[in-house]
Amino acid sequence: MKRKETIWTAGILLVLLVLCVVLDASLPSYHIAVKVVEKASVYALVAVSMNLLNGFTGLFSLGQAGFMLLGAYAYGVLTIPVDKRPSVYQYFDGGAIQFSLPEAFSGFLGEGAGTVAGMLAALLVGGLLAALFAFLIGLPVLRLKSDYLAIATLGFAEILKAFFQWNALGPITNGSNLLKSYPVFSHPTAYVVLAGILIAFIVLLINSTYGRAFMAIRDDEVAAEAMGINLARHKRMAFIISSFFAGVGGGMLAMYMGTIAAAPFKSAMTYEILLIVVIGGIGSITGSVLASFLYILSSEWLLRGLDSGSFLGINAPGLFKNGFRMAVFSVIIMIVVLFFRKGIMGDKELPDLFRRQSRRERPEKGGAGNG
Amino acid sequence: MAENVLKVENVTMQFGGVVAVDNMNLEINQGEIVALIGPNGAGKTTAFNVVTGVYQPTNGAVWFQGEKIVENHPQGKMKQQYKGEHAGEYTGVRAPTPDAITKLGMARTFQNIRLWKSQTVFNNVLIAKHCRTHSNFLSAAFRLNRKEEQAQRQHVEELLELVGLSDVRDELATSLPYGKQRRLEIARALATEPSLLLLDEPAAGMNPQETDDLTAFIGEIRSRLGLTIFLIEHHMDLVMDISDRIYVLDFGRLIAEGTPAEIQNNQRVIDAYLGVAEDA
Amino acid sequence: MLPYLINGVSVGGQYALIAIGYTLVYGILRLINFAHGDVFMVAGLLMVYSTASMPMYAALPLVLIATVILGFCIERAAYKPLRTAPRMSVMISAIGVSYLIQNLAFYLTGGVPQPVVNPIPWISENVMIFGESTKRVTLVTPVLTILLVAGLVYLINHTRIGLAMRAAAKDFETAQLMGIKINSVISFTFVIGSFLAAVGAMLYFTNYPSVAITSGGMPGLKAFVAAVFGGIGSIPGAVVGAFVIGLCEEIIKGIGLTTFSDAFTFALLIVVLCVKPTGLFGEKVTDKV
Repeated sequence: MKRKETIWTAGILLVLLVLCVVLDASLPSYHIAVKVVEKASVYALVAVSMNLLNGFTGLFSLGQAGFMLLGAYAYGVLTIPVDKRPSVYQYFDGGAIQFSLPEAFSGFLGEGAGTVAGMLAALLVGGLLAALFAFLIGLPVLRLKSDYLAIATLGFAEILKAFFQWNALGPITNGSNLLKSYPVFSHPTAYVVLAGILIAFIVLLINSTYGRAFMAIRDDEVAAEAMGINLARHKRMAFIISSFFAGVGGGMLAMYMGTIAAAPFKSAMTYEILLIVVIGGIGSITGSVLASFLYILSSEWLLRGLDSGSFLGINAPGLFKNGFRMAVFSVIIMIVVLFFRKGIMGDKELPDLFRRQSRRERPEKGGAGNG
Repeated sequence: MAENVLKVENVTMQFGGVVAVDNMNLEINQGEIVALIGPNGAGKTTAFNVVTGVYQPTNGAVWFQGEKIVENHPQGKMKQQYKGEHAGEYTGVRAPTPDAITKLGMARTFQNIRLWKSQTVFNNVLIAKHCRTHSNFLSAAFRLNRKEEQAQRQHVEELLELVGLSDVRDELATSLPYGKQRRLEIARALATEPSLLLLDEPAAGMNPQETDDLTAFIGEIRSRLGLTIFLIEHHMDLVMDISDRIYVLDFGRLIAEGTPAEIQNNQRVIDAYLGVAEDA
Repeated sequence: MLPYLINGVSVGGQYALIAIGYTLVYGILRLINFAHGDVFMVAGLLMVYSTASMPMYAALPLVLIATVILGFCIERAAYKPLRTAPRMSVMISAIGVSYLIQNLAFYLTGGVPQPVVNPIPWISENVMIFGESTKRVTLVTPVLTILLVAGLVYLINHTRIGLAMRAAAKDFETAQLMGIKINSVISFTFVIGSFLAAVGAMLYFTNYPSVAITSGGMPGLKAFVAAVFGGIGSIPGAVVGAFVIGLCEEIIKGIGLTTFSDAFTFALLIVVLCVKPTGLFGEKVTDKV
């Protein structure tokens, strides 16, 4: 029945894509629904990349925000148009870098295609930069056991943040000032398609022989090593791949936000993403994507009222004031963490849902008893 | 020399002041089934861990198919602490990780079963084929390695058939009964395409019927796959039935070596081990 | 340079008081209590509110008691139910608690840093030392820290509950089998940790004009680094580590690299973890195959 699951899954994904295109065509780009889809796509990508590492390889890393920071800065630095640079880098004489990838590509691909190609190239560079850093810090850090790895990667992200705020690097990073005026995708479909393609790659990887090796390391490191899986190499590989996607996700987040500063890429951002992964289910890509959309949808839109006086028709400005939304959220998160430890999806994926359904339809054949 | 599949040479494994394996020397020839027996805590699993690269020996060397794969000598603090023999004889240091040794053609099972618990029976064996994969992660992700993947899956089917687990291939590995989990561990080890198979108490926890089946099975895989087998076992029936030769370990030292008949009549062994075991 | 060094010793003392909370909990539960820094922040907020609304002799004990209760409740609500769960789940729960406390604090304070309007008298007065002006708390902190640590070490080495704590840290399960009420021991550990964090908060925020909801994160993480640096599980290690980090941080500020004072701490952490993961005074643990 594999075929049936595939068809259902493909069908659902197609419907979602069509919905997104319709949304794109019918709503103005500043509409909250559009913003939600854009941000949720970015978060879905980053959450999936974190799940690849924490959920599938069993490496508890908290460096996600640091790698996103690298991706965001790489994107900004490489795409700000040359004529805007003097005003962006006003405290650093227009900055040290005097070219921009979209403009460079426009030179031989034409205005429209060149700009898009340049933006994609900048995202790619951001991902590669993050991957390079992951390679470098992976050498020492990945030998550490679970919680030490967590704290070391968290520390690494803090170090990066400090470097990007350092004024001596200002000609490149603009020090503690904002990077802005770079080109961005203004259609939610672009975010959805891009994030979708990248997530699809991760899904393919997880279902390949390498993904299975990652899961073997997660389940039992000693057995994995005894069966010929080189731990150092595979952990590093998972770390680098995860960081690459976090880097690309950082670049996309920069597009969504419109300005780049180091400050938002703090450990709280990593925690937020981790909690999304937990809500969705550690070890489920579908769960991470679903949780990202639910989380962003409710925090950016549905529960806005909790912060601004009235919610579900109840007017209570004293109770529903700034911060109540996040407080409610964190309570929900704690409930999930404590009582629904498997999250929304456990370790199931979208096709598994149809498999279970189809099994229920057919009377169970003998042989494979459930126990 | 070429006859030797495995040669353990003057190996001493010392943890702090405790000598777990003391100057061990043993050889295993092509096609043999050799058992390592001894009372609990004699250092059998430690010896396995040295051979498979989990532990680095304090002193001595391990040869595999005529090649020196492991070598060490007391270093640092251990120089003063070392209580074993042959201290000055080794100068080199070779400490490959277990995966590198597995790739050379040596595979093992574990005394306390270590299957990958989130994976199905089929995947447990398939994952062990990963070390023979040539494709990189990109070609694997983009499914450009179909041929290789197909061949691997085919081999896994054959192995499951061989160990008699084909009918439970889609069950979770940990949902199997104990005896089948042990067989699955063997199938998983075989998937790495070893020439030497190390079995750490393969019959532990099995009833007499299952033990008999296992005895026949071990003999069968040896002849069918042309394997050399080195095993640790407490079930004396099994050991005496299938072993060509037996080494006896007591308090980290080898105290006897010979055919099952010789071992059964060896007074030292009877004193140290068999007499006690028979009473129990 | 001198005022930086004096400050360093003082900050080090404050980190030490927080670091002990990390090291005790890690010693027994093998858990990085990510919420500990936020408990510290809450103690700061409590101090601001209570000192503004009641006399000092009532306010300060109240802060201590409330913080201790908070620490106790966190353990009971968020960690105890996960006693048999994988370590990663407990760590996630700790991160969740940290997130919850910060968001609740944001809601209650409106996200505005709360000014310390009524600082603790005497220790907040300025004094002159070596020709530099500083608050008296700078001098009081190291002394108080040493006294508290000495008391704690006595407690651990010479009392029944201390013995139980040592047993639990050595071997959790065996201790349980030997009839040690493991849950009481763990609760007690959180009580001590929170108490010291509350004292640390009173000293720390006396030096600052206000308490923000993010005030706990950085000192918390640094105290954790101090605990790792000294060898996690070791109290003297945590204290020495904290003083080293406090001093280094202030020296780095002194030579004009303030941006990197935080980064330095983490760089130190990564170096320590890679070179000597067990820290200065830590014991070596090996895994059995």
